[in-house]
Amino acid sequence: MDDVVIRTRNLSKEYVRDEFRVVALKNANIEIHRGEFIALMGPSGSGKSTLLHLAAAMDRPSGGDLEVMGSQLNSLSDSEIARWRNRHVGFVFQSFNLIPVLTALENVELPLKLTHLKKGERMQHAATALKLVGLDDRMGHFPRQLSGGQEQRVAIARAIVTDPDILLCDEPTGNLDARSASEVLTLLSRLNKEFGKTIVMVTHDPHAAHFATKVRYIDKGELLPEGQAPEDWKALPN
Amino acid sequence: MAIPLSYNIRNLAVRKTTTVMTALGIALTVAVLLAAFALVDGLRVAFESSGHPLQILLTRKGSDSELSSNFARTVFNELKYKQGIARSAKGEPLASLEMVTVINLVSQEFPEGSNINVRGLTPIGLEMREDMTLKQGRWFTPGRREVTIGNSVAKRFPDAQIGKKLKFGRGEWDVVGVFESPQLARNSEILSDLNQAASDFERTDVLSSALIRATDAVAHQALINDLGYDTRLNVLARSEKDYFEMQTSSGDLVRYLGTFVALIMAIGSCFAAMNTMYAAVARRSKEIGTLRILGFSRRAILASFLLESILLSLLGGLFGILLVLPLSGITTGIGSSVTFAEVAFQLHVSPQIMLKGMVFALFMGAFGGFLPAFSAARKQILVALRQV
Repeated sequence: MDDVVIRTRNLSKEYVRDEFRVVALKNANIEIHRGEFIALMGPSGSGKSTLLHLAAAMDRPSGGDLEVMGSQLNSLSDSEIARWRNRHVGFVFQSFNLIPVLTALENVELPLKLTHLKKGERMQHAATALKLVGLDDRMGHFPRQLSGGQEQRVAIARAIVTDPDILLCDEPTGNLDARSASEVLTLLSRLNKEFGKTIVMVTHDPHAAHFATKVRYIDKGELLPEGQAPEDWKALPN
Repeated sequence: MAIPLSYNIRNLAVRKTTTVMTALGIALTVAVLLAAFALVDGLRVAFESSGHPLQILLTRKGSDSELSSNFARTVFNELKYKQGIARSAKGEPLASLEMVTVINLVSQEFPEGSNINVRGLTPIGLEMREDMTLKQGRWFTPGRREVTIGNSVAKRFPDAQIGKKLKFGRGEWDVVGVFESPQLARNSEILSDLNQAASDFERTDVLSSALIRATDAVAHQALINDLGYDTRLNVLARSEKDYFEMQTSSGDLVRYLGTFVALIMAIGSCFAAMNTMYAAVARRSKEIGTLRILGFSRRAILASFLLESILLSLLGGLFGILLVLPLSGITTGIGSSVTFAEVAFQLHVSPQIMLKGMVFALFMGAFGGFLPAFSAARKQILVALRQV
């Protein structure tokens, strides 16, 4: 296997809403390499989240090929995709999506329930992940007892606890104040630089995009060539 | 690997008002069913505890009960020396000719009155009921209008008290004592002297039944066969225990009615559980999407929500048991469909009945929870994540 983590060829996604055909993504071709931290930018509704969702196998493409970690996702069944996702992908949401009735430690432990680790090992791994995101003193706290920034750091700990190959982040700082956003972005950057995690981050925040090693733009469902930004957007230097 | 149980338990705890209300609905259903079962089980305990394993009850062929049986004194004299019949310490055959009739007594529970068995006995009949002990007063005296009453009768009927008089037959009968027997059905009877009762009811030659005791189990069966096949005697011979056990069917109507009402209520409770679980699925749509993203399969989601519904219903089952437990031990009476007289017994909530209640609750939770759990499992990840 080469070092390409995500490869798409003419990847398309169309929806039918109220009898109207909506093209969310049109013939997208991209290769994301191991260790890259790529920011997908574009205006709302441009199709950047659709690309992320397809890469996480949360949705099925309407056409084209999608290869993630060497797997053709189109050919996998629902349960195979569930296993594959647990093993290879960590996902960070804009609204954190922690389970409110579980503590920070239990939230982080959750994906490990699908591995063969024993309870003690799972707890140890979860504690290590929380320590890595600087929340080792908040393990027993429930999400409602944490700030937004802390919640997102727990979510990142949950995303990395299974040591996935790719971290997919959908507007990870969208619900955070500037200071918390900076902390989260610094953490993602650290995970990329120190631990070699491949990160794909959807954002429309230019400040967030600064933390990425590469920026790609999507506009009206089209993935623009490298270095090209929509006309009404100021391109960021790579 | 399944979604942790703590996730379900804590979700039930978080929405405690909904949880408690739904559980109470299920609890009432379980309580209705268990109350019916407790009644029938109490009746079963009362009848199954009664009867001596070696004793045989003889009635006239064609009579289901002692009350409807006419048993001639001459027949009794013919059979009481049969081989296989045990003897008393004095060498007399343990064979008792008895007369059974019913009188009407008024209680607070039944102001219109209930039928109570009056049994006329000879001293040998009392001897054959050796486990009966005097609780108060004394035994009736042969040749006098005196009665000794069963403990359950004394407890439930204000007129049946020591020092008071009961009016039946040709006159008034003095209540002179109260007896108690571990054979619970016996405690619902009034005992008197056979000859005095027979004279009062003008049944000196034709009485009701005979009770005989076999020397051992082999003789017991041999006597049943021998007496039953003897066309000249024209008697129905059956084990005394069987006779009492047969009367357990008196509770059948209560059981069928209780089960029917509980089943109707169960449909309502299933819908309540279903409604609660649909609301839970709708409220936790985002969590369902998140769990799927983390790698949990549709099957794990289905199992988790189904389990939550079952936990909810088991909580209801537990409440139901707590509701019905205070009934255990309460004494009530039911008219026997065999003897046409009241039998007092205690409601009995046994561990088996509690288990039945929990299983019943479990099924309600499983039926009520399946569709919501199925809908949770079928949710598309993106749709689930976007629902608020």
